[in-house]
Amino acid sequence: MFKKIFGAVVALGILALAIFLLIAWESSINPISPPGPDAFSKEQIKRGEVLAGLGNCETCHTTDPAKPLAGGRAMPTPFGTLYSTNITPDPDKGIGQWSEEAFSRAMREGVSRSGSHLFPAFPYTHFTKLSDDDISDLYAYVMSRQAIAAEPPENTLEFPYNIRLLLAGWKLLFFDEGRFEPDADKGDVWNRGAYIAEGAGHCSACHTPRNALGAEDSGKAWEGAIINNWYAPALNANNRTPAGWTEKEAYEYLRHGGSPFHGVAVGSMSDVVHDGLKYAPDSDLRALAVWLSDLAQAPGEQQAHDSSATAIRTAQQLQNPSTMMGEGERLFAHACAACHYNEPNNPNTLRPDMALNSAISAPTPVNLIRVTLNGVSLKEGIPEAMMPGFGQALSDRQIASLLAYLRSTHTDLPAWTDLEQQVRNQRP
Amino acid sequence: MATEFELNGQPVTVDIENDTPLLWALRDDLDLTGTKYGCGIGMCGACTVLVNGRAIRSCITPVEAVSGASITTIEGLHPDGQHPLQKAWVETQTPQCGYCQSGQIMQAAAMLKDFPEPTDAQINQAMGGNLCRCMAYVRIREAIKLAAQEMKEARSTKEQETGAATNE
Repeated sequence: MFKKIFGAVVALGILALAIFLLIAWESSINPISPPGPDAFSKEQIKRGEVLAGLGNCETCHTTDPAKPLAGGRAMPTPFGTLYSTNITPDPDKGIGQWSEEAFSRAMREGVSRSGSHLFPAFPYTHFTKLSDDDISDLYAYVMSRQAIAAEPPENTLEFPYNIRLLLAGWKLLFFDEGRFEPDADKGDVWNRGAYIAEGAGHCSACHTPRNALGAEDSGKAWEGAIINNWYAPALNANNRTPAGWTEKEAYEYLRHGGSPFHGVAVGSMSDVVHDGLKYAPDSDLRALAVWLSDLAQAPGEQQAHDSSATAIRTAQQLQNPSTMMGEGERLFAHACAACHYNEPNNPNTLRPDMALNSAISAPTPVNLIRVTLNGVSLKEGIPEAMMPGFGQALSDRQIASLLAYLRSTHTDLPAWTDLEQQVRNQRP
Repeated sequence: MATEFELNGQPVTVDIENDTPLLWALRDDLDLTGTKYGCGIGMCGACTVLVNGRAIRSCITPVEAVSGASITTIEGLHPDGQHPLQKAWVETQTPQCGYCQSGQIMQAAAMLKDFPEPTDAQINQAMGGNLCRCMAYVRIREAIKLAAQEMKEARSTKEQETGAATNE
């Protein structure tokens, strides 16, 4: 009897394994000779460049600016470190031997030309939504780049996360292959924005928290998340900036890297704007803005203006320039106000107002701490304007006092905890 | 490492450590000593210069951070030292010891771009990070308002001339 049950269990196990292998197994696609840039029309390559910009391929696939798309950028994950791949058309180190069919399968199914499963750090969960034409255009763009024979470092994932075959199981749980489906209740512009955001743009890859297995947590879509030690703010109604993301604000921010009612893009988002979205036409950014302002349930432009003015005025009334009681308030007056002061009705993008800034209404102070310590470079945010870092000038306690003062006077949100320790953690 | 930037309209290169404060590059390597060292931690404003037209504390700005930028110091604010603020400074006999005045003038020049007709409150906020140990604040405020007035008149004269030219 026992033998029979045991035998049945083993047989079932073998059957299950066989089914899994059947699902997990992907064939290799024959190598080709690199088609070379002349295989594609200039127009197609140009369209591909815009898509690559919307997807910001270059930031993740580049370490040395002199070797664009040659890969090697480290991506720390809870499971170990991944290194981005070389996607130049080099036949040995890059994807020069990949046919369009192989490229398309990688983009839409997360399978490499050789048939192995790709780690979802490469956001095929989003790229699967791209149209056939867009995949073709991206292929033309990538295959017409300069081939660079550079080999990225080996991934250092821990067992069992380094077994690519297991990704087939991950895909069963978390990956839905399929093209973008427009929402018939929304207009064409909204749908264009949604297509960019959910497809090439893969916005939620940063702005949605991930679950224990590294997949986007669909139950917490757009609620904001920590990524690469930056906080990617909530893009839905949980975003607590006084103005909200109106169409005008969103467009301004995505086009120029800053907007008067939110502040400037730093860290990874600055790369998105200045290395990626710079290739996109205005119409695409306006479509993204329409989609975002709907997602964020933004108020009207006038209400956004009025709420911002109220927020600035309230914060200024709480300041006490005649007595300067607290350390944080004193520091703000001496080190910050010269650049960050605004008239309530007329905030200036070049003087980001702390009452409006995304960093100050975030649930975590990490963005504000990092900017206070390291500043904002000329390349980030609004180009041409910069902020020096105060890391050498101020102690952990002083920065903690400054941030606690700002949080308590410039928002009505709960205080951040363990600020001094959090500042210390962000020091190099 | 060599860092290149534009200084008072001229291209310059300094070959010093990347993290050297811009203040020392200006004073020690480029021999422009009008910009002063005050506190060294961005709290007093004596070292203020313009980076791409905006006021920055040069003592806490690493020189590599201004690579490719356009820097203006007190020496380059006006070719003959006749910026409306500089004239107003003389007119009102603002300085006492004068140590903070380069920074005060550079900060004020930047402020007047954002607040061309500044109120007392605006001056307090935007100039609050520029300390004056001689307590010349009353005259500093007076000089800023005088300069703002001259700049306003210059703007309206220019507008009239442009308007007249368009009408002709």
